Amino acid sequence: MIGRKGIEVSLAVAEAAKLCRVEVVSAYPITPQTHIVEHLSELVAEGELEANFITVESEHSAMSACVGAAAAGARTFTSTSSQGLELMHEILFIASGLRLPIVMAEANRALSAPLNIWNDHSDVMAARDSGWIMLFCTNGQEALDLTIMAYRIGEDRRVLMPVMVNIDGFTLTHVVEPVEFPSQEAVDAFLPPYTPAYTLHPDKPVTMGAYGIPEIYTECKFAQEVAMNKSKEVVIEVMDAFGKHFGRSYKAVETYQLEDADVVFIALGAINENIMTAIDEMRTEGKKAGLLNLRLYRPFPGDELLAVLKGKKRIAVIERVMPGGALNSPLYNEITSLAYRSSLTALIKNYVIALGGRDALQSDFRHIFDDIQAAGTKDKKIQKGLNFAMIGVRA
Amino acid sequence: MAKKVDEIKWHELNIGGVIDEPGNAREYLTGDWRSQRPVWDESRCIKCGICWMVCPDVAIYQKDDGYFVANYDYSKGCGICAKECPTGAIKMVEEGR
Repeated sequence: MIGRKGIEVSLAVAEAAKLCRVEVVSAYPITPQTHIVEHLSELVAEGELEANFITVESEHSAMSACVGAAAAGARTFTSTSSQGLELMHEILFIASGLRLPIVMAEANRALSAPLNIWNDHSDVMAARDSGWIMLFCTNGQEALDLTIMAYRIGEDRRVLMPVMVNIDGFTLTHVVEPVEFPSQEAVDAFLPPYTPAYTLHPDKPVTMGAYGIPEIYTECKFAQEVAMNKSKEVVIEVMDAFGKHFGRSYKAVETYQLEDADVVFIALGAINENIMTAIDEMRTEGKKAGLLNLRLYRPFPGDELLAVLKGKKRIAVIERVMPGGALNSPLYNEITSLAYRSSLTALIKNYVIALGGRDALQSDFRHIFDDIQAAGTKDKKIQKGLNFAMIGVRA
Repeated sequence: MAKKVDEIKWHELNIGGVIDEPGNAREYLTGDWRSQRPVWDESRCIKCGICWMVCPDVAIYQKDDGYFVANYDYSKGCGICAKECPTGAIKMVEEGR
């Protein structure tokens, strides 16, 4: 498959894993990730992909199998969503603590209860600090490209960390989009075979996952944190290299109509495309709206954000997860933390929208624009009630 | 790792905390966990070796004369040896007495 094809994004992600020559796939099917692993199992069964497909009884086992495979030195892929990600939760930390560059396509979906299979970010946000590098896609092309980049980032000796590629459930996974496929030769030239730092092999026995007694646990976790922080350089380097190699450029932080914007929207994932459309419309009416699309979420690209937000006056942080008793939703907390530590004095407001598959409408973004334009300095204070604006709730 | 565990700096660790030199558990003296220590009464010992077999930390050694003794660098004082001794030759004695 080379060149521009109309393809369901899930299948494009599976094809991306194939182009990366993954050696082990272990996954458990869950809506809306199912087509990704279904297609991978077909590719393996038909002999098109030389890999071991390990079928398991749960996501906990899927991630455990991936940890074992990656520890043995295999290029490893998995995919999950929602409840599946939460069932994997404890193993996510083991994958990152052991510094295993597993790549996971995470089809973002709401968490139960109430039971909901549709798209929001409550699943990934519950796992955001698990030591995984986190990338977010806004369209099908990015889902393919970022999957390829994820291996080169994660397997870099300066990094050696698992990477989660977030692909919004249904709104991306189940849509047919035009996707440009690179040739196998081009991907091979970009992504060399994985040479692990350590492997589980009887010729040179090592211990992975030993006890970290109180005398050493702190040093282990600090070393991991420093490496996570430093991995940002490699993420940016790989995005640049990808642009040079494939002709599609990527940045950790993307902007749209930002330079002269009175109001800056900040968001993660596919909703950025809705916002861009809304911005185009607002611009025709003289409303100067702009966008900051956070493609890299972990490690958090603070410097890169500040560089483009400098001098901005009003920032609307668009979130697709409830704070869950926190002062605000997670991304808002981080953006305001950045502001506290910099000269950024913008009025920043937290908008929660499009939960559990509820559509985000153009009129919603227009409403948000007007709301933050009208907001005064009192909106900077901690509110007595909820500290976020809920968009689209019937009241 | 030549260094003791409480001397290793964070930047000296292998990636992912991998241990690539076997046998370093020896450097960690678990004897200081102990609140009671096993003491042998050799007049009652029949040299059966059950204490040596059941010690979960392999901290009991047979001396040249055939009697047994614990290595207090590693004995955690769990008392399994005293419990299993068929002649009651091992007593657990409070540390500090």
